[in-house]
Amino acid sequence: MNNKEKYINAFVETFGVSAEEVEKLEYSQIEEWDSVGHMSLVAALEDVFGIMMDADDIIDFSSYEKGLEILEEKYQIKM
Amino acid sequence: MAFADFLEVSPYILGKEQKQRMLLNRFQELTEIHRKNCEEYSKILTAWNILDSFSSIYEVPFLPVRLFKELELKSIKDEEIFKTMTSSGTTGQAVSKIYLDRATSVNQQKALVKIVSAFTGKGRLPMLIIDSPSVVKDRAMFSARGAGILGFSILASDRKYALDENMQLDLDRVKEFLEKHKGKRFLLFGFTFMIWQYFYKELRKIPKCIDLSGGILIHGGGWKKLTNEAVEPQEFKGCLKEVCGLEDIHDYYGMVEQTGAIYMQCECGHLHASIFSDVIVRNMKDFSTCSVGEPGVIQVLSTIPESYPGHSILTEDEGILLGEDDCPCGRKGKYFKVLGRIKNAEVRGCSDTYE
Repeated sequence: MNNKEKYINAFVETFGVSAEEVEKLEYSQIEEWDSVGHMSLVAALEDVFGIMMDADDIIDFSSYEKGLEILEEKYQIKM
Repeated sequence: MAFADFLEVSPYILGKEQKQRMLLNRFQELTEIHRKNCEEYSKILTAWNILDSFSSIYEVPFLPVRLFKELELKSIKDEEIFKTMTSSGTTGQAVSKIYLDRATSVNQQKALVKIVSAFTGKGRLPMLIIDSPSVVKDRAMFSARGAGILGFSILASDRKYALDENMQLDLDRVKEFLEKHKGKRFLLFGFTFMIWQYFYKELRKIPKCIDLSGGILIHGGGWKKLTNEAVEPQEFKGCLKEVCGLEDIHDYYGMVEQTGAIYMQCECGHLHASIFSDVIVRNMKDFSTCSVGEPGVIQVLSTIPESYPGHSILTEDEGILLGEDDCPCGRKGKYFKVLGRIKNAEVRGCSDTYE
């Protein structure tokens, strides 16, 4: 899996959505992505990329798109 | 002055004059926002004959906290509501309803992170939650306790619950957590009366079975239904140290009506107002400002609320202002002590929903 696939997979595994649905997802848009789901998603991403995110980045992580941007810019993960 | 400006300042660094200037500017702005966008708030200010501009934060009008139970106070349109927070809903008690939009919710979390990090250091730490995982299980209906745990979870890297579904201490799980994070600093979080009842009292039976000397405990919520068992802060700390070596202990004062802007207790045992908030102690008869050392009712001011008019609230708690800018711990800002509920105030707490 390349990084983008790993990223998408974290959403699929955490929220039980299909890979096609992932790209438009926003926080609290689906039932599964609530504050509990959010922390699970963060844990999954930290695991797969071997990073530790700053609390502020977790708060700013408001959508699939925003997450990509944060991981690329702040954690140098090329997508 | 935008809220973002407050995030740029270290939470306990500004002296009285600078802080008051920033706060006055922000509270002026918040009062205008809510007067414009919340009809009930606007009516109240008109009825109270409140002017449009203040010369100090002491002139900012304050709403009694119970108004949030009686009225649906919001300064946003219904479709902008991102989350509704409620205070504890024990049977028969009225519940505060606090309406958040995305911006206010984000700012609550950012303020909390800034405040707590000023005590625990930057970076997330493993966290042992002194509660049961069942408290966050029903995701559609969190208690205030669940919401508190989730709020602090952002500061945690690894999270484990110390109690099982039946509120029994799960010593094996605690030991496993300690083994995994051996030699590292870690956080413990919980509600005061729960820690006492379900953690301390169990550990007392088998003293020194675990070593928590590397931990930082943050607890809040007070004693609630255990008022008759309440011990003084110093005794609370002494007891925990004795049974598990825990020394770094911080109580905090906060409420659902002003989530995020909590008041952390320093090493000297004083509660501190951060850059995000302020406290004013008022005389219970005429609401004049109390001087240092004089008990009165606590008014809390928070720079966060934009989606509901809760930036200045008169609580039902009694407290004493202990000083400003001169706490021996070195933190600037006001520091104070909470004495408890005002007599005859409706009995209520933010984490007392466990029967």
